[in-house]
Amino acid sequence: MSGEVVINDCTLRDGMHALSHQYSVEQMVRIARKLDEARVDIVEVSHGDGLSGNSMNYGFSAHTEEEYIRAVREVLEHARLAALLLPGIGTIREIEAAMEWGIDTIRIATHCTEADVARQHIEFSREAGLDTVGFLMMAHMIPTDKLVEEARKMESYGAHCVYVTDSAGALLMGETRERIEALKDALECEVGFHNHNNLGLGVANTVIAYEAGADRLDGSVAGMGAGAGNCALEVLIAVMERMGVETGVELYPLIDCAEKLVRPLQERPVQTDGNSLMLGYAGVYSSFLIHTERAAKRFGVDSRELLVELGRRGMVGGQEDMIVDVALQLVDSQVKS
Amino acid sequence: MKRKAAILGSGNIGTDLLAKMMGSSVLEAAFMVGIDRDSDGLKRARSMGVATTHRGVVGLQEDPVFDEIEVVFDATSAAAHLEHAPMLREAGKKVVDLTPAAVGPYVVPVANLEAHLGAQNVNMVTCGGQATIPVVWGVSQVAKVHYAEIVASIASRSAGPGTRANIDEFTVTTARAIEEVGGAARGKAIIILNPAEPPLIMRDTVYVFCEGGDEERLVEAVEEVVRRVAEYVPGYRLVQRPLVEEAGPLRIPGEDEVKGKLLTALLEVEGAGDYLPKYAGNLDIMTAAALRVGELIAQGGDR
Repeated sequence: MSGEVVINDCTLRDGMHALSHQYSVEQMVRIARKLDEARVDIVEVSHGDGLSGNSMNYGFSAHTEEEYIRAVREVLEHARLAALLLPGIGTIREIEAAMEWGIDTIRIATHCTEADVARQHIEFSREAGLDTVGFLMMAHMIPTDKLVEEARKMESYGAHCVYVTDSAGALLMGETRERIEALKDALECEVGFHNHNNLGLGVANTVIAYEAGADRLDGSVAGMGAGAGNCALEVLIAVMERMGVETGVELYPLIDCAEKLVRPLQERPVQTDGNSLMLGYAGVYSSFLIHTERAAKRFGVDSRELLVELGRRGMVGGQEDMIVDVALQLVDSQVKS
Repeated sequence: MKRKAAILGSGNIGTDLLAKMMGSSVLEAAFMVGIDRDSDGLKRARSMGVATTHRGVVGLQEDPVFDEIEVVFDATSAAAHLEHAPMLREAGKKVVDLTPAAVGPYVVPVANLEAHLGAQNVNMVTCGGQATIPVVWGVSQVAKVHYAEIVASIASRSAGPGTRANIDEFTVTTARAIEEVGGAARGKAIIILNPAEPPLIMRDTVYVFCEGGDEERLVEAVEEVVRRVAEYVPGYRLVQRPLVEEAGPLRIPGEDEVKGKLLTALLEVEGAGDYLPKYAGNLDIMTAAALRVGELIAQGGDR
């Protein structure tokens, strides 16, 4: 890392959700070049749902993972290259393949209560010499002491860093601080923070995470990510510069990247609007947004009602199939009443 | 007279299987193998008068009853089954493998139960496979299935340490069996653990991208297999009538696009509550299928 904190960009991974996984290879390469020029520490490239995420349930990407990852590898001179993997969707075989394509970092994500399903994958990756990160998703759903227990498991399997991952963009400011501080107290390894801007706290909570001691911070250029997007990276860097924090990341190339390369790609604006706000409000996994809007239109139900019901049922990351199920049940209840 | 069977593994699956075997008219649960004397499964077995060992499979081999055992159900883990399989073969035991090790051919009742009755070792795929492959198979009887994908959501509480350590094997084995048994040109499997309290009943979503067959015929084919699975797992049901849509072409990156229809079946599997409560339908679909297969291969020797 070149500054006081590791900056991990997610434009080319979380940003896949915002485009229904349809980046062209050329678009990825252009964005990656700019990120590298800005001296971002880590650039993540994968299907939005991680390696092997191509599916009916989450959507098929425009190109193969190999094409995307190899192409970005070619143009990175400074930044490390990362991929995401969710056990239950991808397997160790995909980690091995991604290593061949040139990744340096692997981020292994589980729901925040299920760290032990990542044991095989974290142990393998650490052993294989990868920078290995554990990603505890939907971290708003459990109390801090439970989150610490799960983070300890990931550290014990060999993670170099464990993330508090606010997948629903639902954490409030005090909750963010409490979680980061508790993990920093409990763990020897690094601690990271990833979030979504659904409650409009994308940058604010990331700054709080930094103040609470986080070693790695995630963001995406122009917020390009699921739901209302991630912490907007260029805004975060500007704020940190004003705070006097040396991130080692240059602001202007990021602003150029946001204005010229990323924002023009956003078919659906990535912003805190009615539906994405409801994700944070109801505590729903951010990548449900576009699938929910589609289902609401198809079955003629209110997307907000649909999101609130999904949140009430405690749906977790990856359960996109339940959106249609809940939509059909809302239709049934409308017919009856 | 009932034929003697042994169960390897005293975790969730082994213990649920034990409870179901108590009601079998063909098999007698004669022995249960665990590795922890105080495990709940072994305690239950002892309280039901079933002989047990906590010394692993060695404890079974050294027991005089081993010679009389005809069928062994392995409910340990994929890695452990790879060690057990050669020994059981040499000892001449018929084996029903409930791990994703897949030493023997995959068996899914309804789809291919009759095909492997003579096999010495049969594999029960996975709980998600048992819950979904009948649907894929049903569609492939009336249409050409280009692609089938399943999403299995199970309650965290119903996933024991074995399942958790085997999550890669789950997805790989299920995907392969969707192709080999279900008849899909290509298969994909996803598993999600959900910790909600009270625990959610097992849910399975099956996406089948197929060509040929009109909507009525596809829906009937699915409803028919669901009825047949429900004969041995009464809590197995469609939550909604299967959806059929004229979807755009299927575009798997790196492959030629294909045209067809998308069928979506939303399933729920409520267990009998024999061991874990009713939300754990993933146990029942596995153990009920395994018991049925075990009974048949035990009797297969007579024919």
